[in-house]
Amino acid sequence: MLSIKNLHASIEGTPILRGINLEVKAGEVHAIMGPNGSGKSTLASVLAGREEYEVTEGEVTFKGKDLLDLAPEDRAREGVFLAFQYPVEIPGVSSTNFLRTAVNQVREYRGLEALDAVKFLTMMKEKMKLVEIDQKLLSRSLNEGFSGGEKKRNEIFQMAMLEPTLSILDETDSGLDIDALRIVSNGVNQLKSKDNATIVVTHYQRLLDYIVPDFVHVLYKGRIVKSGTKELALELEEKGYDWIKEAIDSEATV
Amino acid sequence: MSTLTKQNLFEGFLETSFAGFEKTREEGKASFLKQGLPTLKSEEYKFTAIAKKLEQSISSFQNAKPFEVNAEEVKAGIPEGFDGTVLVFANGHLIPDLAIQAENLAFSKLSEKPETAIGSIAKANKDPFAALNQSSFDEGVFLQIPKKEVVEKPILLLSFNKANEGQLIQPRVWIEAGDFAEVTFITHNINKSEEPYFVNKVVEIKGGVNSQIRYYRVQNEGKNAIEVSNIETNLLQDSRFTSVNISLSGEMVRNNLSLNLLGSNSEGNMYGIYLLNGKTHVDNHTNVDHTIPHAESNELYKGILADQSRGVFNGKIFVRQDAQKTNAFQQNNNILLSEDAIVNTKPQLEIWADDVKCSHGCTTGQLDEEALFYLQARGIDKTQAKGLLLFAFAGEVLEHIQDESFKNYCIDLVQERLGSKF
Ligand SMILES: Nc1ncnc2c1ncn2[C@@H]1O[C@H](COP(=O)(O)OP(=O)(O)OP(=O)(O)O)[C@@H](O)[C@H]1O
Ligand SMILES: [Mg+2]
Repeated sequence: MLSIKNLHASIEGTPILRGINLEVKAGEVHAIMGPNGSGKSTLASVLAGREEYEVTEGEVTFKGKDLLDLAPEDRAREGVFLAFQYPVEIPGVSSTNFLRTAVNQVREYRGLEALDAVKFLTMMKEKMKLVEIDQKLLSRSLNEGFSGGEKKRNEIFQMAMLEPTLSILDETDSGLDIDALRIVSNGVNQLKSKDNATIVVTHYQRLLDYIVPDFVHVLYKGRIVKSGTKELALELEEKGYDWIKEAIDSEATV
Repeated sequence: MSTLTKQNLFEGFLETSFAGFEKTREEGKASFLKQGLPTLKSEEYKFTAIAKKLEQSISSFQNAKPFEVNAEEVKAGIPEGFDGTVLVFANGHLIPDLAIQAENLAFSKLSEKPETAIGSIAKANKDPFAALNQSSFDEGVFLQIPKKEVVEKPILLLSFNKANEGQLIQPRVWIEAGDFAEVTFITHNINKSEEPYFVNKVVEIKGGVNSQIRYYRVQNEGKNAIEVSNIETNLLQDSRFTSVNISLSGEMVRNNLSLNLLGSNSEGNMYGIYLLNGKTHVDNHTNVDHTIPHAESNELYKGILADQSRGVFNGKIFVRQDAQKTNAFQQNNNILLSEDAIVNTKPQLEIWADDVKCSHGCTTGQLDEEALFYLQARGIDKTQAKGLLLFAFAGEVLEHIQDESFKNYCIDLVQERLGSKF
């Protein structure tokens, strides 16, 4: 479904991603871990189409299409969803209006008819249950004044509404209490199918107890330096990143 | 006319279409000659080179003659969904035959009301253009809402403008709302020629005790039109005045809006949006004078500027020594969509009383790129996402329009502009 080959990206001339290779197939869950500043969010942003990042080398195909060639909105319409590490507050834009515009533009692109107000509300109610999000939140401006946990829940709610094929969850677990973590993970698990895939970026093993990954990758200095199965996450939890950093850094000096 | 001076400017257009108001006109003329046309050195006009613009664009300083407007044009000019009284003007001249009376309303041409205290609210010595208008206004309208009368439906003042022999259009409006009266005005103009003209308008409004006056205005002048307006309101005890001003086009526009809070518990509200593109230049100078205790003023202006447009906002709040317990709020926010757009914003607070609540703030920034990306990342088209964000920024001003159908009309107007043009 997603194939990343030798991806290099920089911001304002500073290289951040330095040769990423990753294959994600339908039905799989990949976890990306790694120390702060290693480039995890950058990778997520580049996949979603953020313009500030310049791709200097490499290629990304998604469902056979050149992903890097598409505008951010078209990537979303093709089925890429990014749950932001820091969702943006947008005063004055009502959550409901925003979602309805988004859902209908995505549907139009996919050749589905637009939802009228009634159908949209029905769908909203159904998906709200999934992440146990309060109606009151959605009557407010988008993310405005939401708590950290509420913002994360809203991301997963939007994901449920947009029905993506590839979801990239950037630290969706950070800042969630244990109940919220369970609810959000449940939501993600219910949306999982053999036809879609998930990339979870996280620092914590506890999320991976709920969303069990098929593969775990360690990102360090803009490269995937180690890949393994879910046991790798447990090992990282126990030993930290130093052993990996040392191995890589000593290699680099040789 | 080659170079524009206050003397030669004057000789041309002293001619007016009716007699009367001789003393008033003499005073206006004397005041204008004393003040002269503002140069960039004049503090009040330092960002708005209006004299230069007039010199470049206007060759015939004669009052433009009224012209024929037909019922079809009137119909086409009425904002969609509007339901109320319509008064029609051609180059500032009221055309009584074309009026559509939804409710009983007392109105007459100013020439028929020579006793009107023209210049007693908008004083000639405060602004050269007010003085110019006072010296040579060419017709106008007198509107009176009797005591206790609640005019349910809005009154549309629909102006058709075009250069016609002269290029000077000098409307004069006098509005009196009696004690406990309530009324809503909407002003709208239709541009009938590409040839440049200069609208120099003065509106004087007198709000009686406990009166409620709403004054909504869409400024969509022709791209070659220059406009200066002086709108001034006196408010008595317990009265409330709300202005909503939407500027969309024109070559150079200068709005002087002044509220005099003369009675306790009076409330003056000034709201505005300016959505500018091309080379449009819009300057809003507002002034609120708190003369007595326990009055309130609220002000919010929002600007979105594209291309090489230019915006000026200057908000004066004057709180006199006696005006204790004043509440005065002012806010001006701008978004610049291009590197060539400029905005000059300046709050000017003069507070002589010590027990007051005053706040003001002005910001100028760009469109929030992070927010834009967030919306796009959810599948929303970039142009539409921009429109959504810009409307979220400016739209709150329109919430202050009480008349539902006009509010919706303005929302459509603004959204269309934000979606298509920016
Ligand atoms: N606008 C920018 N200009 C310069 N450097 C930047 C910019 N944005 C990000 N970076 C740098 O890129 C690097 C990678 O950042 P990124 O946010 O991708 O890290 P991360 O792995 O997601 O970290 P975290 O675990 O803290 O979320 C960091 O060193 C960061 O400082
Ligand atoms: Mg990150």
